[in-house]
Amino acid sequence: MSATLTLGPVLFHWPAERLLDFYARIADEAPVDIVHVGEIVCSKRAPFVDPVLPEIIERLRRGGKTVVLSSRALVMTERESRMMTEQIAMAETPDMLIEANDLGAVRSLAGRPHVIGPFINVYNEGTLDYLVRQGAMRVCLPPELPGTAIAALAKVSSVPLEVLVFGRMPLAISARCFHARAHGLHKDSCRYMCGNDPDGRSVKTLDGEAFLAINGTQTMSHTCLNLSGEIPGLMEAGIRHFRLSPQDTDMVAVISLFRRIAEQQIDPAEASRQLASLAKGLRFSNGFIHGREGRAILQARFGHTQ
Amino acid sequence: MSKALLELVCPAGTPAALRDAIDAGADVVYVGFRDETNARNFPGLNFSRPELRDGIGYAHQHGREVFVAINTYAAAGNQAAWHRAIDDAAALGADAVIIADIGLLDYASQRHPSLRLHLSVQAAASHADAIRFYHEAFGVRRVVLPRVLTVAEIAKLTRQIPVETEVFAFGGMCPMAEGRCSLSSYVTGQSPNRQGVCSPASHVRYEQRGDKLVSSLGGSTINIFGKDEKAGYPTLCKGRFAVGDYASYLFEEPTSLSTGDILKDLAEAGVKALKIEGRQRGRAYVAEVVRQFRELVDGLSAGRAMPAATAALRQLAEGQQDTFGAYRKAWR
Repeated sequence: MSATLTLGPVLFHWPAERLLDFYARIADEAPVDIVHVGEIVCSKRAPFVDPVLPEIIERLRRGGKTVVLSSRALVMTERESRMMTEQIAMAETPDMLIEANDLGAVRSLAGRPHVIGPFINVYNEGTLDYLVRQGAMRVCLPPELPGTAIAALAKVSSVPLEVLVFGRMPLAISARCFHARAHGLHKDSCRYMCGNDPDGRSVKTLDGEAFLAINGTQTMSHTCLNLSGEIPGLMEAGIRHFRLSPQDTDMVAVISLFRRIAEQQIDPAEASRQLASLAKGLRFSNGFIHGREGRAILQARFGHTQ
Repeated sequence: MSKALLELVCPAGTPAALRDAIDAGADVVYVGFRDETNARNFPGLNFSRPELRDGIGYAHQHGREVFVAINTYAAAGNQAAWHRAIDDAAALGADAVIIADIGLLDYASQRHPSLRLHLSVQAAASHADAIRFYHEAFGVRRVVLPRVLTVAEIAKLTRQIPVETEVFAFGGMCPMAEGRCSLSSYVTGQSPNRQGVCSPASHVRYEQRGDKLVSSLGGSTINIFGKDEKAGYPTLCKGRFAVGDYASYLFEEPTSLSTGDILKDLAEAGVKALKIEGRQRGRAYVAEVVRQFRELVDGLSAGRAMPAATAALRQLAEGQQDTFGAYRKAWR
């Protein structure tokens, strides 16, 4: 059985024109099956993204992609809650799936097919079973999960499980905006400082070590997740869906590489070498899948912790 | 004990601390089993089954209650350890279990329909729809609210939801949505969700560098203190980091939450219970915090201001810097 590649939602605050260009190219050139769209990090960015979404969705569909609308990862205010309900209502059109990234969305989507995103804590069989009973038809697992847990879940799952294999990992979300804070501003008057950093903003320790990255209200890994070497092992464990998270690089080239890896048309070491040149200086990591600290980089040995 | 406006829910890391907290006036003591099923899985802490049985006995003798926190996420392939914790808490007569994991809530609601379920802060249910989900799906009766809501938001929320609310009143301050944070895991491999620890002591080092003290976690510098600065524990999100040329407490200052001054606001917002953080704290500290909060809550119920207790709490706050945290909107 062949692999399905999914492109996750753009997590960064890219301008609307850039999003249109980005998705036009994805629609025409990227060998990706499913594309997730929607602003999931900050409701303050939504007014820039939402107006171009219909055009993006239409463009991707014309390119033969399955489009999924991803819901917000953190809902705090009544306004955000209302936005979520509206978003779900908007997706009443046939074939438009929604990805729930918050339990409020899970409640609204219960009883109809939907996707569970990586921001929902699926750590075990019991949770997976409950969500599938509610209508989940694909579940993207949280990046923190070790390979042993992924394998245990894959063994019992009646729906496809998806694993994040590329991109800066989302590690935390807050009601606070750290981009604003880093500039001495509050969230309400943030001046959209996050828009200056299309790949997130680097956070260093006082000793100058590259440590984390901030993306508005989201805190991310400084490293770029790269599970290219783990894909054969993951496929052996029964995982067929792989998710890539957009970064400020040639994502068509990244997706094409992962397609060749999944189809065993390229040696993983050679793939990693090519990926390194696409990652624009970001260090890779794969620690979580080895049951280790997420930022570690270990030799690909799926299923065996070192 | 007369019915106070706010219920006082207090931590106990050991059987002795449980008795102290009850004696100091706790309405409820919350505890965990001595394993990875609870979010304060620290060496030397927590309860064996016989200790829990005795602790519940002591509390019930005094007309108080015991909640058991089973608030980490069960591990795939090993759910049995978490299921056993729920079964045992129910069998030993716990007055409620505090859970975050959907699979465990599902298990508890099906196997123990009469067991009272509280939603742990680790579920980060921050709005009405999410809270309604847990209530409708599993019959959750109380939600421990994330430490990221303002008093005004809490007031609005309590009117919209069919469950009781419990809020953090004193102790540690989490700037991230709890239960949705992998920062500790990313740096040390140990996570609150999976192992019940954050920024574990096993990964902490202090190093003297000239007249400066460097604290680190997993080999990464979390803070550098000048000789006149009070050095704190390197909890990852309370460290000092640089963005560009600007170094700051990017995520959160090393302050401690203290709500002594705003209890009336919280009661008026419809909050049912106050939670004091700190199962990892010493007996004397917990007993003292509980005593002062007992004074405050009783004073509030009787319409008396208690400035001495508020001042005493300020002294007890971590680093002696206290904060209302997110309860005031300026926090964001």
